[in-house]
Amino acid sequence: MNAITITELHKYYAKLHVLRGLNLSVNQGECVILLGANGCGKSTLMRCLNGLAPHDQGSIQILGEPLTRLSPAQLRRLRQKIGVVFQQFNLVQNVSVFQNVLYGALGQQRLGLLTSLSCFATAELRERAMAALERVGLAHKAQAECRALSGGQQQRVAIARTLMQDAEIIIADEPVASLDPKAGREIMDLLLDVVTERGMTVLCTLHQLELAQQYGDRIVGMKAGKIVLDAPRQQVALDDMQQLYQGETRVDQPLLSATSRLTPVTH
Amino acid sequence: MSTNRPLATALPPRFRRPSLFTCAIVLTFLVLFVQGAMATNVTFERLLRGIVNLGHFLGRAFPPDLSNLDVLAWSMFETLNIAIVGVTIGIILSLPFALLSARNTAPAPWVRTLTRFIVSTMRTIPDLIWALIFVVAVGLGPMAGVLAIIMDTIGFAARFFSERIEEVHPGPSEALSATGAGKLSVIGGAILPETLASMTATSLYSVEKALRSAVTLGLVGAGGIGVELAAAMRLFNFDRALTIILLILVVVIGFEQLSSQIRKRVI
Ligand SMILES: Nc1ncnc2c1ncn2[C@@H]1O[C@H](COP(=O)(O)OP(=O)(O)O)[C@@H](O)[C@H]1O
Ligand SMILES: [Mg+2]
Repeated sequence: MNAITITELHKYYAKLHVLRGLNLSVNQGECVILLGANGCGKSTLMRCLNGLAPHDQGSIQILGEPLTRLSPAQLRRLRQKIGVVFQQFNLVQNVSVFQNVLYGALGQQRLGLLTSLSCFATAELRERAMAALERVGLAHKAQAECRALSGGQQQRVAIARTLMQDAEIIIADEPVASLDPKAGREIMDLLLDVVTERGMTVLCTLHQLELAQQYGDRIVGMKAGKIVLDAPRQQVALDDMQQLYQGETRVDQPLLSATSRLTPVTH
Repeated sequence: MSTNRPLATALPPRFRRPSLFTCAIVLTFLVLFVQGAMATNVTFERLLRGIVNLGHFLGRAFPPDLSNLDVLAWSMFETLNIAIVGVTIGIILSLPFALLSARNTAPAPWVRTLTRFIVSTMRTIPDLIWALIFVVAVGLGPMAGVLAIIMDTIGFAARFFSERIEEVHPGPSEALSATGAGKLSVIGGAILPETLASMTATSLYSVEKALRSAVTLGLVGAGGIGVELAAAMRLFNFDRALTIILLILVVVIGFEQLSSQIRKRVI
């Protein structure tokens, strides 16, 4: 069974045709790195996968379950299986690191927030949250404020949050784009380690081609809302990847043709 | 000093000619002002006489009448009760109103429109008029005052709460939604922690505002120290009135000091 199967996917933002008949499948346990220039629709694709942005045509299957006509409760159950790691970490400020990790269990708790708050959570849940923090090496920061953490540390907390979900799939949208190269590598190492330990599937966008070649089992390239490259890492040359950033890459008006319309100034 | 501009282009004018619209507005305003000043009979001579009268008032008000202080203290206490009870209930009710009227938390656009309409009605009608309405509805006394303060507080606090809620960063909320959390959990887990400090500050302002309102509400019979003040003025007991005014000053200024101390600590 595929972890993710996407067929002929179309997505519009108002009139903007963002995803233009996109096909992609990801096997269970695989790490797929998604490449593509800014504005080609990577984030939109990822947001379609957990229903944060509903798609317009085509189908998405997650772990064999179609992502259409789900009731809100069914959608929430599906989302629990997909851990998301964001570029901006998206931790909740003004609550502790420990509480942020506990939030990962929000979807599983029948009483929602009430039983996920540090003060009301069961001892077992608190143990699990601490174990997740230990796994990412931040147990000593449990009581810290998020804003006191470095970017790399915040991303570790975000990974610990997905561990609380018991997710089967990890979607990471430019997880290292806000980090320096060293912290970026550490995060990719950590992500790949926990994913391998738990047999999770990964779909991760990156802008660093060398990281893509190092971490991806498979490399998928997008251009203007479509998949234009999809091959095992060993078969992808640097040149193939660089091609993804050439020509018309964006799904909105390409900047190049806009500037070329400018008439030259005459004196 | 001479400058050598290569081309003899004209300098921009110092003043731009006002638009017809601006002229019309200014003219209308001037006409309204002159007509108003004549109609309300504002003359220098009456102003002088007013100052002389104020002198008489102050002469008769000194020394302040300090007898029956216990009665005044009791009325002041009733004013405090009205303010505290009204503002507490008002603030508690403001939160759901704010959540229903903020763009990012409203369940549907029509709910948002309706709630915003209700809240702005509450705000538009002045507290004294609310008090008059509730005196008719529930009779003279502090309960009418409490109800008036509730209305006034919701009109004020719900608006500021909802503006703050609309400003929250979408990232953390999205992250919690992505774990499969329900709407209420997202609100309690991500939105409230980010907005709590600002809402506390708004609430403290509401208490200050409610205290000032509660003082005046007595003038229309809605309980508290204002009742005593109205009676003293009507019976020309200016020395007693002065005592009441001083008492109000002490309590209101005292509370404003306290409130700004608390505010400094939360922000
Ligand atoms: N919520 C949205 N509403 C409208 N347009 C959007 C929204 N999100 C993204 N877009 C547009 O969709 C296009 C693709 O964006 P995105 O998926 O973020 O690309 P990428 O992640 O590859 O840089 C862009 O032109 C962007 O402006
Ligand atoms: Mg993106």
